[in-house]
Amino acid sequence: MTTQITTGLQVRRSVELTIDGQKVSALEGSTLLDACRASGKEIPTLCYGDTITPKNACRVCMVELEGSRTLVPSCSRKVEAGMVVNTDNERTSHSRKLVLELLGSSVDLSLTKNVARWNDGYGAQPSRFGAPSFHHDDRDEAVTGHHHAPNGKTAETVHQPVKVDNSLYIRDYSKCILCYQCVDACGEQWQNTFAITTAGRGFDARISTEFAVDLTDSACVYCGNCIQVCPTGALMFTSEYEMRKDGTWNEPEQTQTDTICPYCGVGCALTLHVQDNTIVKVTSPSDHYVTHGNLCIKGRFGFQHVQNRTSD
Amino acid sequence: MDLKIASAEATSEEKNAVDSLLGVAPETSQGGERNLAGHRVARGGESLRSLRHMLLPTLHAINDRIGWLSRGAINYISQRLDIAPADIYGVATFYALFDTNERPARQVHVCIDLACRAMSGCKEDSIPTGAIASPCLGVCERAPAVLVIETGVTPRYEVLAPATTSEIVDLVAGKSAGAEKEISAAVPQAPDASLVLLSRIGRVNPLSIDDYIASNGFVALRRAIDIGAEQVIAEVTASGLVGRGGAAFPTGRKWSAVAGQPVKTRYLICNADESEPGTFKDRVLMEGDPFALVEAMTIAAFATGCQHGWIYLRGEYPRALKNLTNAVEVARSRSMLGENILGSGFSFDITIFRGAGAYICGEETAIFNSIEGYRGEPRNKPPFPVEVGLFGKPTVVNNVETLMNVLPIIQNSGEKYATWGTTGSKGKKLFCISGAVNQPGVYEVTFGATLRELIKLAGGMKTGSQLQAVLLGGAAGGFVGPQDLDLELTLEAARAAGTTLGSGVILVFDQSVDMIDQLQRIAAFFRDESCGQCVPCRVGTVRQQEALARLVKSSGTKSASVDLQLLRDLGQVMRDASICGLGQTAHNAIDSALTRLKVFSA
Repeated sequence: MTTQITTGLQVRRSVELTIDGQKVSALEGSTLLDACRASGKEIPTLCYGDTITPKNACRVCMVELEGSRTLVPSCSRKVEAGMVVNTDNERTSHSRKLVLELLGSSVDLSLTKNVARWNDGYGAQPSRFGAPSFHHDDRDEAVTGHHHAPNGKTAETVHQPVKVDNSLYIRDYSKCILCYQCVDACGEQWQNTFAITTAGRGFDARISTEFAVDLTDSACVYCGNCIQVCPTGALMFTSEYEMRKDGTWNEPEQTQTDTICPYCGVGCALTLHVQDNTIVKVTSPSDHYVTHGNLCIKGRFGFQHVQNRTSD
Repeated sequence: MDLKIASAEATSEEKNAVDSLLGVAPETSQGGERNLAGHRVARGGESLRSLRHMLLPTLHAINDRIGWLSRGAINYISQRLDIAPADIYGVATFYALFDTNERPARQVHVCIDLACRAMSGCKEDSIPTGAIASPCLGVCERAPAVLVIETGVTPRYEVLAPATTSEIVDLVAGKSAGAEKEISAAVPQAPDASLVLLSRIGRVNPLSIDDYIASNGFVALRRAIDIGAEQVIAEVTASGLVGRGGAAFPTGRKWSAVAGQPVKTRYLICNADESEPGTFKDRVLMEGDPFALVEAMTIAAFATGCQHGWIYLRGEYPRALKNLTNAVEVARSRSMLGENILGSGFSFDITIFRGAGAYICGEETAIFNSIEGYRGEPRNKPPFPVEVGLFGKPTVVNNVETLMNVLPIIQNSGEKYATWGTTGSKGKKLFCISGAVNQPGVYEVTFGATLRELIKLAGGMKTGSQLQAVLLGGAAGGFVGPQDLDLELTLEAARAAGTTLGSGVILVFDQSVDMIDQLQRIAAFFRDESCGQCVPCRVGTVRQQEALARLVKSSGTKSASVDLQLLRDLGQVMRDASICGLGQTAHNAIDSALTRLKVFSA
């Protein structure tokens, strides 16, 4: 049975499918992830962001679709009438556990939300692949199609030094899961600047400017929209980075205040993150109908005048 | 998009290389010029960006002339095609044949892959200084193989196989490889007019369209035009032909799906990115019978309503490139390609598109991205290529050997073709036999022969060689042992036996070969060739290689059983959760070695 729901001028039909033995209905064009979440299932996601078309690269949201040889990415697979989906069986659990282990053993996920809880829930033990290796700092120099042979002891990681080449934000690619969201935000999905790209191939694939030049020599316009979408803390305000380094970053004590950017007439929504009466970073609500989380350099970084106290 | 381009300028040689392909640049390719009213006139934008599919050819043009891609060169391409430099850098660094660091004009690529290392011990650390270790060069019948690329105004691509160590040293020093061995050397059955797919090899000059016509050339195309598109698809469906690239999808069903699309702009791609280690059949077909491929593609396009076709040819096949280029040009000049083919009103043309060193670009959706000028990363399916393929249009993707089979189907009939073979595997099949046999090469058989018969056909085992193992289907295939010699090499029998024919590889290992070394090479191969997009494959291929490296040291101990379990876990997640066939099959051969060959069993 299908029913029709009118949303605005679009007519979207709803389709029926089965998730974990339960019949559910979902709007045509929505994803399995939408349908699962609507029916109260928790599906982990990492590369999925609510303002970017999912790249479905992390593969942590895989569910079992009956009739499909492989598991399917729930974040991008659209619902179809009659689908029979299992979100929580041995196969999906194994897949999620292994993906968490593979990422956890190669990337610093210490700032990625929910990972510790998921690791517990799925019994993921990233350390079982061996002690992490921090020896290859030259990832920008990797030669495509060639690699360092494994030494039979350690597990290779994406570790490399933090890139601090400008005063506004830092890039700590040891924390990068290669979700492609920053590339898509910088490029065709939002900013159209194309300052960064995925370079190299395979395990050596990395986010890079052309020829790995400093941001200051790149096309970057410092809109910070890449920081907004980064799910792992690989891209970070310099203010936050410095405070974390000094041990003064205290997120529970911070307040968040929504306001409107004062610089021009667009009216972008800002969320000011304030600690000790000082703005420590700026984000933008991703569900805001004007900005969808995007800002320009002024809204994102131009807040010093607010706290330029006369006594200074 | 405003391009921000750094100050590095292309040299005049780099500019010439690009201009020779794209034409001389207009005076202001970017906005900047003012018209009479004082307004700026943009000469970039959409019209330039619609040339994005020229990106890979342009990178090739510079690489062929200069040998590497400098910042200035990439900036110049950026201006000519309106693509950001970072974006171009991302594409350039995806392909192993390109380099963004300065390097010598002459590169000697020595194959260190499965057949070559088994036959000659060519390994990463044992090749002469100055040579570059290369994945399978597709000349396994004459292992070990070397590809020399010398860039310049007239770039030279030469293949030497087999090559001795001292010959490789000479090649590095600048000596010419000389003339390559004749094509028919790869086909021990040739010349034999009674063969179906290899009948012209060694008999008909691959550069002459007249010789081709004199040996039944274009008979099938004429008949196709006579019987009409629908009937062509009906014949192909009736023939039971399935794809020969490895996935064995029914060709007739693929063609009907595209023919039935409401969208009328459609494309055909011949997948000639043959890079599966141990595979060289498509190379031999393209070198030895290029007009047949042109004819077969034209029939496929006629049947499915495609206006344009691409041959996505791997970058390491210079003779195939030369012979196909000749075939396409000559066929066009004789109205067998282009407008109004044979007066039928049907128009179709072919572009030969060179790959640049990426096994993943044999994956059908990765081909689309590669041709469109993006990194060769596979796309998510659905949507499937028959609906949304190259440039977003319905697209037929067929392997070279698959297309070649269309000619005998149309010349005779689908029904006749279906009389060849077994219930589940119809027609003729090419096998690439290499390794410890007396006469390695491409062999044509009717489906149904056993592994034992195939090895016998290839002259049997070499004197003193005892069979240790056979790799079926390449690195993405699986190993079988001496106990499997009576395996019938059909799709159904292979499936029942838990193995695969894949791309038709039969790589024979004798007792002298270190199978653990072969496994490590397979693991290294997948690690190098993973596109890096999805976690199970990007990290899984590394962890698989590391687990093997540990097992080499710990075989038989308690920690070995931990690593064996790790390998099984990795295999399952790669098979279940990878985006494409590369990750999904990256554990197959290793799994089969553990279970069938009992490698690492104490």
